[in-house]
Amino acid sequence: MSHATLTPKNRSSLRGATLPKWFPWAVAAGSAAAGLGISTVAGLHSSIQWALIAAVLFVAGSFGISSRVEGRRQAKDRVATSLVWVAFILAVIPLASLVWETVKRGVEVLDGYFLTHSMGVVGDAEPGGGIYHAILGTLEQVGLATLFSVPIGVLTAIYLVEYGRGRLAKAVTFFVDVMTGIPSIVAGLFILSLWVLILEMGPSGVAGSFALCILMIPVVVRSTEEMLKLVPNELREASLALGVPKWRTILKVVLPTSVGGIITGVMLAIARITGETAPVLLLVWGTDFINANPFKDPQESLPMYIYLQYNAGSDPAHDRAWAAALTLIAFIMILNLVARGIARWKAPKTGR
Amino acid sequence: MAKRIDVSGLNAYYGSFLAIEDISMTVEPRSVTAFIGPSGCGKSTFLRTLNRMHEVTPGGRVEGKVMLDDENLYGAGIDPVAVRREVGMVFQRPNPFPTMSVYDNVAAGLRLNGKYKKSELDDIVEKSLKGANLWNEVKDRLNKPGSGLSGGQQQRLCIARAIAVEPNVLLMDEPCSALDPISTLAIEDLIGELKERFTIVIVTHNMQQAARVSDRTAFFNLAAVGQPGKLIEIDDTERIFSNPSVQATEDYISGRFG
Repeated sequence: MSHATLTPKNRSSLRGATLPKWFPWAVAAGSAAAGLGISTVAGLHSSIQWALIAAVLFVAGSFGISSRVEGRRQAKDRVATSLVWVAFILAVIPLASLVWETVKRGVEVLDGYFLTHSMGVVGDAEPGGGIYHAILGTLEQVGLATLFSVPIGVLTAIYLVEYGRGRLAKAVTFFVDVMTGIPSIVAGLFILSLWVLILEMGPSGVAGSFALCILMIPVVVRSTEEMLKLVPNELREASLALGVPKWRTILKVVLPTSVGGIITGVMLAIARITGETAPVLLLVWGTDFINANPFKDPQESLPMYIYLQYNAGSDPAHDRAWAAALTLIAFIMILNLVARGIARWKAPKTGR
Repeated sequence: MAKRIDVSGLNAYYGSFLAIEDISMTVEPRSVTAFIGPSGCGKSTFLRTLNRMHEVTPGGRVEGKVMLDDENLYGAGIDPVAVRREVGMVFQRPNPFPTMSVYDNVAAGLRLNGKYKKSELDDIVEKSLKGANLWNEVKDRLNKPGSGLSGGQQQRLCIARAIAVEPNVLLMDEPCSALDPISTLAIEDLIGELKERFTIVIVTHNMQQAARVSDRTAFFNLAAVGQPGKLIEIDDTERIFSNPSVQATEDYISGRFG
């Protein structure tokens, strides 16, 4: 408070009293201590309770002191800043604890043997075994789904952005929106009724891929559409004015300009479908053996492996489930990093 | 190379909105024709009807005749893509293709239209860059991105790109409005050289520029906002700026507009 008396407000209208830089930290430490103290006295044991008390004290305390010393506007600014930080921490805590928990439990059995062997002759309650068959199945199913959905999705987006006018385009946009909201189990049931029940094909990796396609296509369409819309119209006009036909303009000017963003969108869509369990459960069934042929007989996939191992209930099975979960997270993270790398590499260059 | 443009009774629409009404004029070959007039009077729209770029805008529609020598650009069976190869265009903001190098930008029009040998392309790129007075500045960085050049250089790159396909007519839509005076001067000099080979039409808001570079000047105006733009008069530049035949032209040029 001595600060305020040292710099009286009437000395300069442009200079107000400011609290020192360490002020928020001091208030944070003080409120944390007060929160701990209050909960000890009141006999509260949950760490969430004292953290909540501390957070409320922090926001109220910094507002009170700051409005005394600095004025109401700065006090509101500090409250807004604290709220943003609190929201940020609230969002990060689950993420960090999820990663921490998965890594801690996952590394126990995750090794070269685990990645290169299947569950072939290992019982649910025994230790050993691995996820080779699940990795293989996931790669094949997701790869096939990508192969089917990317051309369809990108071409649909090109139609919507470059050609689509009138009713057909509106209808396509509407149905893409509807498809975005389809629950994965419904997509799985649709393929189940069409492929397995009506066409009487058995369970296979490719049937799962079809269901994953239904989930992936709208995501690819949406992200590609946004990327194509970002390409400035002037570039299209420049190309057209050179006497280049429209299709070549799209192929040689519009797509190269936006390819980084399109690839990022596709990678994110892949990441989204890699974790899908429901359609795989219905259509690929799962197996403990290695099946490299996605067109015939049941296959395994990582999310289903996690689900089945966790259901098995024994300690070795739980360890395997956590290790598989870690593998899945790592796989998706690598995909995201690759997507970022490609986006940076393909972005239009401005260097001299 | 250069061809005469003869426009008669041309109307252009955006949807149901009539943007320019009943325009007739002749643009002489191997000369510079400037379009002046207040914003929104349809100069750019009219310019874009001359290479069928107007219809690229959603709802864009044209009625009337544009004769390029003895061929009507809006006649039956005319391919707009072929028209745009004959009538090139330079835009207001420099717009080099961001994914392409300087070399590829100049070669874009040729490469995207057909097969050329590497040596042929090298020759054309060098000739076009020299034609755009840019060769000396970029000859050592032909493989660097075109978007790394300065604004004035980018605009000359766009001019080089447009003349590389050897059009008959070159349309310029306020080519200097985003440039500093020195780059503007470079481009104006270039226009003076290019008119030996091409028919040039330039839209400009800069009266002095019109007076400096053009042989003939057309003045466009509109009665009120929401009304279609019209051609008020077209005459030799000297006459337009010294003794125009319509009072509105004199008012606009001397700044007593509206």
